[in-house]
Amino acid sequence: MSIQGQSAPGPKESSPSPSAGQNAAGQNAAGQNAAGQAAAAFPQLRKAVVVGGNRIPFARTGGAYTKSSNQDMLTAALDGLIARFGLQDERIGEVAAGAVLKHSRDFNLTREAVLGSALSAETPAYDLQQACATGLETVLGLANKIRLGQIDSAIAGGVDSASDAPIAVSEGLREVLLDLNRAKTLPQRLQALSRLRPKDLAPDAPNTGEPRTGLSMGEHQALTTAQWKITREAQDELACNSHRNLAAAYDAGFFDDLLTPYRGLRKDANLRPDTSLEKLATLKPVFGKNLGSEATMTAGNSTPLTDGASTVLLASEEWADAHDLPKLATVVDGEAAAVDFVHGKDGLLMAPAFAVPRLLARNGLTLEDIDFFEIHEAFAGTVLSTLAAWEDEEFGRTRLGLDGAFGIIDRSKLNVNGSSLAAGHPFAATGGRIVATLAKMLHARGQVDGRPARGLISICAAGGQGVVAILEAH
Amino acid sequence: MDKYTQLVSRGLGKDIAKKLGLPQPVVLRRHEPGQPLVQGPVLIQGSTAGADELASTLLAWNLDIRRHAVPKEKLGAIILVLDELAHPDDLEKPVLAAAASLRDLAPNARVITVSRTAASASTPEIAAARQGVDGLLRSLAKELRAGATGNGILLADGADTTSPSTLGALRFFLSGRSAYVDGQLLAVTSGAGQLPDDPEKPLAGKVAVVTGAARGIGAAIARTLYRDGAALVLVDVPAAGDHLAAVANEVRGTALQLDISRADAGQRIIDHAVERHGRLDLVIHNAGITRDKLLANMDAGRWNSVTAVNIAAQLRINEVLLASEHFRSAPRIVSVASTSGIAGNRGQTNYAASKGGVMGMVRATAPLIGAHGGSINAVAPGFIETEMTARMPFVTREAARRLNSLQQGGQPEDVAEAIAFLASDAAGGISGEVLRVCGQQLVGA
Repeated sequence: MSIQGQSAPGPKESSPSPSAGQNAAGQNAAGQNAAGQAAAAFPQLRKAVVVGGNRIPFARTGGAYTKSSNQDMLTAALDGLIARFGLQDERIGEVAAGAVLKHSRDFNLTREAVLGSALSAETPAYDLQQACATGLETVLGLANKIRLGQIDSAIAGGVDSASDAPIAVSEGLREVLLDLNRAKTLPQRLQALSRLRPKDLAPDAPNTGEPRTGLSMGEHQALTTAQWKITREAQDELACNSHRNLAAAYDAGFFDDLLTPYRGLRKDANLRPDTSLEKLATLKPVFGKNLGSEATMTAGNSTPLTDGASTVLLASEEWADAHDLPKLATVVDGEAAAVDFVHGKDGLLMAPAFAVPRLLARNGLTLEDIDFFEIHEAFAGTVLSTLAAWEDEEFGRTRLGLDGAFGIIDRSKLNVNGSSLAAGHPFAATGGRIVATLAKMLHARGQVDGRPARGLISICAAGGQGVVAILEAH
Repeated sequence: MDKYTQLVSRGLGKDIAKKLGLPQPVVLRRHEPGQPLVQGPVLIQGSTAGADELASTLLAWNLDIRRHAVPKEKLGAIILVLDELAHPDDLEKPVLAAAASLRDLAPNARVITVSRTAASASTPEIAAARQGVDGLLRSLAKELRAGATGNGILLADGADTTSPSTLGALRFFLSGRSAYVDGQLLAVTSGAGQLPDDPEKPLAGKVAVVTGAARGIGAAIARTLYRDGAALVLVDVPAAGDHLAAVANEVRGTALQLDISRADAGQRIIDHAVERHGRLDLVIHNAGITRDKLLANMDAGRWNSVTAVNIAAQLRINEVLLASEHFRSAPRIVSVASTSGIAGNRGQTNYAASKGGVMGMVRATAPLIGAHGGSINAVAPGFIETEMTARMPFVTREAARRLNSLQQGGQPEDVAEAIAFLASDAAGGISGEVLRVCGQQLVGA
């Protein structure tokens, strides 16, 4: 009643609401006042820092982790993190993680993983799910709790197994089984069973199709890739760079303190250090074959289904200091966006194209103020479509409400240690992989032009969503 | 314990083995927290002032001390003090007095000689007498049965029967911690060292680094140092990270995934220990690899990888440690050598060269670390029951297992106990030495 009463006047007012105005202009009052100084919009908040991370190598579906459950993998990633930072029997403020493909038995997945780990059993935990943005959203949510002073330490994470995916029974069988359970007499039971048809026995396997369009994520991206006229060559080049960068990072020992082997796997199984543009060019297109235009998306420039888990240790500065732990980077700010892909207004994976301009504006920053771009490579076409949108005058004017194009990024700052095309993409685990990787890179870079090195994370997600974030070197 | 030892330890198996004259290994007494130091009275033989002083010191440890044998009484240990030998003739009286009690030794008993190093003797007569103790002790150890061991403590100039490390070594040899050390003579090289406040926690307050800690002997070292009170940094190659994490979580340490053959390994170890644990006291060089091949078939890859990991890495890390201001407070290094480096082993020229190298390095580094008030020693394991030896061919393995005075293989914990002792302040007066943990291997050295 009271809620209705309060909200009723809103829509009647002719002037746009303040929040709508912020979004349209990409600015708010606090952001303008604090121009050039990230995160100063809320000066009373304390800092949330990234201490470090741990993940298990990502496996291709049907590979090394075929027999591993989400809980197994998340527990392994947690235990590696605990060992790296000496957190045995520690009561962490809160642990949040999630999985996109989840069994019903995984209802309390994160808490169960905590109970199976070396952490104190008195560590609370909750599950979160925002499709592929799950991992990054756990980082942002927990960092906010730390900044507010609600907790001093946290572990964010995510896990997914496409190998050990839940398989549901058909709707027909499910209804019969539920009726059977409710039946009290033999005739009632027989009547329930009599409704069973052979087709009801076929299992209902999960797929990556969008419920509202029936199109797979790849087919959706193929539409966007074609819309932005992204070439096959550009996509293959991005994929090739991802593999080369990731391989070089492994060779340099970059992952020695970010990764713990699991089930015999020591590196991401999807990594092809010796891939080349020539090899990628030989692959046949798999998505967008019925669009009329040339199909450009192959298994080489699209991420395969992957199994894996990642974790990130977050803390207040005081907690990190008291535990003699490093402070790699500060979680500055984050932003979520969603697009209306159902009616074709925007591509399914284009939400970050809107989230990033809003986030940077709120923090008084432009693309030129960013030293590392971590743009999740769901498909090479996703990254390139996003960049194309930002470079497009009309998109900038009509969709972002800017004077012109949003801007061009320096490609030498993009995914410098590889990204999902090479590493793979166990949906909910990607955010944690990127946050820990970026935090380490920022810490190593330190200062740039007298200010802390700055990194931008952009992750697209199913349902037309996107979550983006800014991290700064501590 | 291997299956054969289980079989012949009791009942019918025991009777049959005895009748057939088969080896009769026994289950060795190993240290468990809270257990008494020795099981039974301790007879101290010898009439010197050093023997008297030792006896009164040991009385303060609440041991049941005898200066004369009581007929038919089962003894936990015999300590034979021979610290004033002037001529080989002086051996006869105390040695035969001790001999009269040998049949009264309880299972898992100890015989320990305390004598002086021959190298510091001033006359041929004294040197002959002192060196004679070597042969005596090694032969006696081979005569002992039922898990009993014989070991000797050699006093160098500056050490006497009640020096801290003499007492430390005595405590180690008397206890179950030395279960698989047999027929060895360990030199106390100076009067340095300090006995712990709490004998159950001799490493309390220390920060220790263990390399190769993911499995086998390294993991056992981690567990033993943790039990003894140390905070741990556990190092292993990134590829072994999952096993390393499991060990680290068990002993509440921190895991450092690092290839010790990297040029910056020493500095990264120091940085990690200091940043995360505030200090660095002990470094245990355990990481090692084997790439066995007859020398005629040896290639550069096999030779070089063994050299790089087993000795070159230790040399480079030690250089960084010794130059670091963070490694100045009673710093101690213990390296894992091997009896292969002493007696040699067919197919292990590269490995034996690297392990011989470890022993040479330890001897030469002792004065350098001594300048900072520290010590460095090596432990040379014989046949130890690990995943590695489990993969040996059956006949070779059985032979290696039985051809020692205790007629069984050692456990990783046995090596770990020797290392924990040498890493403790009680062993501060022992430096540049090699202690074998081999059950007195019969073949070779």
